[in-house]
Amino acid sequence: MKLNLKVWRQNNANAAGKLVDYTVDGLNPDMSFLEMVDVLNDHLVKKGEEPVAFDHDCREGICGMCSMYIDGRAHGPQHAATTCQLYLRSFKDGDTVHVEPWRSRAFPIVKDLVTDRSAFDRIIAAGGFISVNTGQARDANNLPVDKHDAEKAMDAAACIGCGACVAACPNGAAMLFVSAKISQLALLPQGQPERDLRALRMVEQMDAEGFGNCSNIGACEAECPKEIKLTNIARMNRDFLAASVGSETE
Amino acid sequence: MSAATHKSSALFKSSLGKKYLMGLTGLFLISFLLVHCFVNAMVFFDRSGSLFNEYAHFMGTNIIIRIMEVVLFAGLLLHIIDGLMLYFQNRAARPQGYAYNKPNANSSWYSRSMAILGTLLLTFLIMHLAHFWVHSRFMEDNMLKQPHPDFKTDMLNLYSLMVDTFSNPIVVVIYVLAQVALAYHLLHGFWSAFQSLGLNHTKYNNAIHMAGTAFAIVIPFIFALMPIVIYLRTIGVM
Amino acid sequence: MALDSKIPEGKLQEKWEEYKEHAKLVNPANKRKVEVIVVGTGLAGASAAATLAELGYKVKAFCFQDSPRRAHSIAAQGGINSAKNYKNDGDSVYRLFYDTIKGGDFRAREANVYRLAQVSTDIIDQCTAQGVPFAREYGGLLDNRSFGGAQVSRTFYARGQTGQQLLLGAYQALERQIGLGNVQMYSRHEMVDVVIIDGKARGIIARNLITGKLERYFGHAVVLASGGYGNVFYLSTNAMGSNVTAAWKAHKKGAYFANPCYTQIHPTCIPVSGDYQSKLTLMSESLRNDGRVWVPKTREDAKAIREGKKRAEDIKEEDRDYYLERKYPSFGNLCPRDIASRAAKEACDDGRGIVPSGFGVFLDFADAIKRLGIDTVKARYGELFPMYQNITNEDPLKTPMKIYPAVHYTMGGLWVDYELMTSIQGLYCLGEANFSDHGANRLGASALMQGLADGYFVLPYTIGNYLSAEIFTKAIPTDHPAFEEAAKAADERMKKLLSINGKQTVEDIHRKLGKIMWEYCGMARNAEGLTKARKLIQELREEFWKDVKVTGDQNDFNPELDKAGRVADFLELGELMVIDALNRNESCGGHFREEYQEQGEAKRDDANYLYVAAWEFKGVGADPELHKEDLKYENIKLQVRSYK
Repeated sequence: MKLNLKVWRQNNANAAGKLVDYTVDGLNPDMSFLEMVDVLNDHLVKKGEEPVAFDHDCREGICGMCSMYIDGRAHGPQHAATTCQLYLRSFKDGDTVHVEPWRSRAFPIVKDLVTDRSAFDRIIAAGGFISVNTGQARDANNLPVDKHDAEKAMDAAACIGCGACVAACPNGAAMLFVSAKISQLALLPQGQPERDLRALRMVEQMDAEGFGNCSNIGACEAECPKEIKLTNIARMNRDFLAASVGSETE
Repeated sequence: MSAATHKSSALFKSSLGKKYLMGLTGLFLISFLLVHCFVNAMVFFDRSGSLFNEYAHFMGTNIIIRIMEVVLFAGLLLHIIDGLMLYFQNRAARPQGYAYNKPNANSSWYSRSMAILGTLLLTFLIMHLAHFWVHSRFMEDNMLKQPHPDFKTDMLNLYSLMVDTFSNPIVVVIYVLAQVALAYHLLHGFWSAFQSLGLNHTKYNNAIHMAGTAFAIVIPFIFALMPIVIYLRTIGVM
Repeated sequence: MALDSKIPEGKLQEKWEEYKEHAKLVNPANKRKVEVIVVGTGLAGASAAATLAELGYKVKAFCFQDSPRRAHSIAAQGGINSAKNYKNDGDSVYRLFYDTIKGGDFRAREANVYRLAQVSTDIIDQCTAQGVPFAREYGGLLDNRSFGGAQVSRTFYARGQTGQQLLLGAYQALERQIGLGNVQMYSRHEMVDVVIIDGKARGIIARNLITGKLERYFGHAVVLASGGYGNVFYLSTNAMGSNVTAAWKAHKKGAYFANPCYTQIHPTCIPVSGDYQSKLTLMSESLRNDGRVWVPKTREDAKAIREGKKRAEDIKEEDRDYYLERKYPSFGNLCPRDIASRAAKEACDDGRGIVPSGFGVFLDFADAIKRLGIDTVKARYGELFPMYQNITNEDPLKTPMKIYPAVHYTMGGLWVDYELMTSIQGLYCLGEANFSDHGANRLGASALMQGLADGYFVLPYTIGNYLSAEIFTKAIPTDHPAFEEAAKAADERMKKLLSINGKQTVEDIHRKLGKIMWEYCGMARNAEGLTKARKLIQELREEFWKDVKVTGDQNDFNPELDKAGRVADFLELGELMVIDALNRNESCGGHFREEYQEQGEAKRDDANYLYVAAWEFKGVGADPELHKEDLKYENIKLQVRSYK
């Protein structure tokens, strides 16, 4: 199997970048997309050229590090899968495939396909937590949680922070990511004391990072490898409104 | 979490505040569409236009309605300004676009085109206002004046203005096309307003979606029917 | 240097309380003046960094990933053990302690393991309070599942993503401290050396992976929580970036490396499918709750399946060999990992493997589906089934999964005492990177427990005992000769790597190393093979330093250079693993020597090998010096580990 690649190459944040053509041959449909990039890089290194820089780590779809815009879509054509879980059987022999980095003002390019997603960390640092120091906890079973709520919290908590929502959103919005964390903690009784403050702080930081606004297009949900739902964004909207208008928290 | 800095005045500066404003003004404009559609639908029931004229007279003279007219324009203006701000901010959030993109794989074209659809609607609206609202409100057009059935006042024969306007087939086509734009704008806008305001519940989401789709089809359809019917009346087909 | 494990006196049950009551403290005003470096942000590192910051220390945390949330703890699927006894099925701290010691084949320290079992209950409380969405029962209380090596249900879980949820809990606690200014976070930074001044760890040299620059950081103490070294095998369930570099550099600076040969081969991974493969994917051990492992009884049937002439469904019930149930009736499919792995190898070596390569067995859910219904089975294993289907293109609800053991976890690591301090003063080691709690084999759902125990509840107490004497130590300027020297050495090594300009890629050599390790130091080892392996590794190392090709520049974002540095360290570690395996003339847990077995079962030699082998570095290629820490079993009677 053979693929024609058009890969975005850019030396650093300030350099100009361009799409470079590569052809990779001798592929097997059972290879993962990243293993195909490994093959390409192996060829490049042997030719003395710099390999394509890309983020990847666990290669089992959970760490959230891999992040390629493949064939016009975040994480490529496979539904509900990260880049590392995309297999070549999703392509046809001889296909031309574009590979680009996430595009967002808030995710500056580091090199080639690698971007800086630390904006997400700063949003979590602003309020995406429950303030409980080690040792302060009471017995876990002293706080029953409605099973249904626990399941919904888990659905939201499944977010891997890869940034595909931002990459896919025509507005470059990070609402799905932010709302997933707000929702997870809002759905649990443990999260109630800081619920208002959390919504205010996280949204404030999200805006400061330069992400776009949500216009409910739904591309984020469609491309999310963990199938995080838009209902989380509605919950965030509700919580932020309640916190802004209804609470005394400032 | 560190010391508080949030001010409630910051609400509408925030990204979410803009969404609320968009949703609220959108819902308000939707409610206007409903009234407007209801009043104008009177043209279907009375070829002479007197039923429509009576409703139109009420709308044009009732003090509460007149106040609401100002509110309506304010709402419309907010919707437009807020929409433009969102549009430009969102453009800035992605300074460099993708060389190759397949947005249709993950979303509908009209949900991504609200600004363009909105701009088309605004263009249409200016024309529409010039056709009717400006005439009825600001121009001393004696042609239109006729006695009110109570014989105490005059009232405008807006129906004749409609007949006059829609006798031009080009105008009819533009009006119909504008309704297509409106339909798509509503198809995304209706449920979107609920979502933005956080009115989202698994039990009722389907109902909201269905209501939105129904509204987006029915209302523009009725609106589109008006110029068509009147045109057909003018050429004597109906 | 003699090994002092610093195990407190007194009864086993009272040692930790006793220790805590008498450990020295640092007062809050002084904590602000004390800086602690934490390398790695997995469960152990993130929990330690967050907790130390909560206590008031100034913390600098490092990870090589782009965010602390991505450490490989995130990939742990099944669950975390805790002696809560919420199921009322007879669990207790003692029983968890006992199961862990027994699971580790009696090669772990009693006192450490008992402490681990004690704090295991606090972990669940802490994580729940942080908002970790553990599975619940309808009454709203926490649910448990059972796991290998235990006859009670004590494993807490969050679908098939327990590691992710626990790590995000610790990560959020860490981010909170970052937001508060108590932790300075250095992402995309890789520690390339530890700096020792007057016998004490005083800082690190780290490579900023974006700029490529070497940076120097001072700390009153240094905590390594840098994970395991399974990637020495090239193919493993570890993340691509998982490496031994931090621990290895510490070892080269004087920290003893303990029990490096103990390697856990996880029985339920997706079999290798081709040469291009970059990693192996684990299917959670929890699948063995409902899945039945089997191969055909005859080689003929197995061959027919390998050649695609028969399918699993064509083999009649009486022609299947449910070998785990047959050999270990009381634990059956839930026997510990090392035993399940070896049994799979045995079946495949017998010619009854069922994938084209010959190395694979079935994990069958047909009975569970019949018993529980397809929806229950689906719900129970959340995203594991779709994940398997995505990788293999086969639906495990319709046809049995194909699995084979793969390298998963390394029980060995830097030697630490009861306080988790290595043999270098002020240098601590937590989580998988240390050797402490799992003996020769780790039970499922115990890695998460140990990582969080070390980070949340052990180190924060024990480090104070050391730092209380350091409150008058002023921050040492990083132009100190020791920093200069370490930075210079690191710089020279990178220059050297870039200058070789040979023919083989780093990946080529890493793959070769992996093959040597898997063949001679994998699931089964023998003296002859290990002797050969040592020579092969030495040769490969020479080949590496003569023929490797590393592209790019030093002062740039250069993943090839990062990888080259890591593989260079693996090439040294591999030799130590082989030496350790050769030294240990017995079979125990994750170390199976073919010469030492009884009817196919591992044969321990308690008379001669009841010790921790802690190795002191004496130079690359030179024989390391062995220091023995004798293991004293005062509460547990040594016995043959039987799961029959």
